[in-house]
Amino acid sequence: MTTIQESLGSSPEVNLERKKSSSKNLFGILMTGLTAVFTLFILVPLFALVFDVARQGLPRLGLQSFTQLPPPPGLTEGCFGNAIVGTLIVLAVAAAFAVPIGVLAAIYLNEFGKGSKIAYWVRFGANVLTGVPAIIAGLFAYTVVVLAMGRFSAFSGGVALAVVMLPIVMRTTEEGLLIVPQEVRQGSLAVGATKFQTISRIVVPAALPTIATAVTLGLARAAGEAAPLLFTALNNNFWSTDLFRPIATLPVLIYFFSIIPYRAQQEIAWAAALVLLGLVLIVSVIARVVTAKRRF
Amino acid sequence: MRLGLVWVMVFSISLSLHTQTRAILQAENVSVQYGSVPAIQDINLDIPKNRVTAFIGPSGSGKSTLLRCFNRMNDTIPGARLLGRLTFEGVDLYGRNVDPVQVRRRIGMVFQRPNPLPKSVYENIAFGARINGYPGDMDELVERILRRAALWDEVKDKLWQSGLSLSGGQQQRLCIARILAIEPKVILLDEPCSALDPVSTLRIEDLLIELKQQYTIVIVTHNMQQAMRVSDWTAFFNAEVDAHDHRKNRLVEFAPTKVLFSTPKERATQDYISGRFG
Ligand SMILES: Nc1ncnc2c1ncn2[C@@H]1O[C@H](COP(=O)(O)OP(=O)(O)O)[C@@H](O)[C@H]1O
Ligand SMILES: [Mg+2]
Repeated sequence: MTTIQESLGSSPEVNLERKKSSSKNLFGILMTGLTAVFTLFILVPLFALVFDVARQGLPRLGLQSFTQLPPPPGLTEGCFGNAIVGTLIVLAVAAAFAVPIGVLAAIYLNEFGKGSKIAYWVRFGANVLTGVPAIIAGLFAYTVVVLAMGRFSAFSGGVALAVVMLPIVMRTTEEGLLIVPQEVRQGSLAVGATKFQTISRIVVPAALPTIATAVTLGLARAAGEAAPLLFTALNNNFWSTDLFRPIATLPVLIYFFSIIPYRAQQEIAWAAALVLLGLVLIVSVIARVVTAKRRF
Repeated sequence: MRLGLVWVMVFSISLSLHTQTRAILQAENVSVQYGSVPAIQDINLDIPKNRVTAFIGPSGSGKSTLLRCFNRMNDTIPGARLLGRLTFEGVDLYGRNVDPVQVRRRIGMVFQRPNPLPKSVYENIAFGARINGYPGDMDELVERILRRAALWDEVKDKLWQSGLSLSGGQQQRLCIARILAIEPKVILLDEPCSALDPVSTLRIEDLLIELKQQYTIVIVTHNMQQAMRVSDWTAFFNAEVDAHDHRKNRLVEFAPTKVLFSTPKERATQDYISGRFG
């Protein structure tokens, strides 16, 4: 039987040097190496994708991308200015629905309905909604808005994207409210604040960075969806800011232009993909910067 | 004639003595359960006005629970149920038309862990005053309150920094200060120094002794020296196990602090203050 003391060696001096050959150290080095390799595996596709899109999209990108209309088949002059405007408009409509509903629902779930049956089912519904394919959200908006209004429109596209955004906004906001410590609420109540004052002046402001993240995450997700827009916002070859007419959007433009056999259109699709990627990236970076301000 | 004057004097003196030690908070047969688990049972206690009352006793003996009854913070704990009667200046705290928010505006609370609001130092003070409709100059109030809490010199250059950027002891004094800003009648403190170093602890004790001229203070503490230093009255709570193996939390003894620590009536008190248990 050896004691721990003996296994440390018989030398009378204290020896604290790292033992290079010990099996524990070798295992550690091996694992560190493995995790590094797998980290690279994640980064490789990301960089490959960004690089490829940039390589194919950059030649066509320029100031005119933001100002010109797409060319009809056969012609080569033009770009996708209207689709950028259209994407922004549809996203604005989506946010106008999804942000208030999602944020208020999260406040209800976390501040009022904790542990209640309603809260359970709302949360369950949101989870299901997260898993629903985006095209189903489009179908929903098609039946509820397009059929009712009798036409394709930017508005109906916004509704479809709102359905996609809603669960993301709600769940992320809820997480933000959850990390506001209970003691903070008690502190506010203990100086005589009502529940409403506590929520509106203390809890929600404290959760604001996370709510901003919730909104940007939702926007980033919705910005890239083409499927729900195909039979709601449809497409438009001209400038339009009318909420109740079909409108061009980047994902739908990419979809249409990448499947037609004209070189110019395909180049435009790549450039549009690059702009879309940049848009999502900018939005995500903004979210990061905003949340980086820690409050607790 | 002269005799009458003497009587009036005697009467008014006894009246003033009486009002000085009048109870501001009273608990009659108060029991609290969390779910179906009893936390405190049949507590009867009068908290004297403009005095410091200390609650001492082992962990889990129900000190915090009773404290939270006085400003209705137990209302915020799901499943908490209260039996018995609690009054503030003779008014039933749990009366049908009583608004817990109004109760908390008069009976402020400081918690075990410093919990400044996630706002600036200034806003931590101003928030309570503002929601209570303070009509005066807010800058003046913030400075006055911070001076009163002996915090002004340390934070006057940090008014716009987050309250969370202060040290633990400063945070706790900020929490006391924000209570002062709503001008309550009573301040409840639940082990306010348990997370603090000895120097910060002494600072807070000095502050409490200074504040008792004007406020009624109830403080829960694990530290018996602290109870002796700051309090006028002490209540000893104990967690006891009865013959049927049921835990029962009881108010064992309530007496002027000097009396309780020098000549405790009960054996349990004697054991606790001398560090013996069981
Ligand atoms: N929020 C709670 N939910 C359930 N039980 C609780 C809660 N708070 C306290 N208790 C129970 O009530 C009893 C008294 O607790 P507490 O008042 O915190 O004692 P003390 O402050 O003297 O340590 C304990 O048995 C404790 O477990
Ligand atoms: Mg306690």
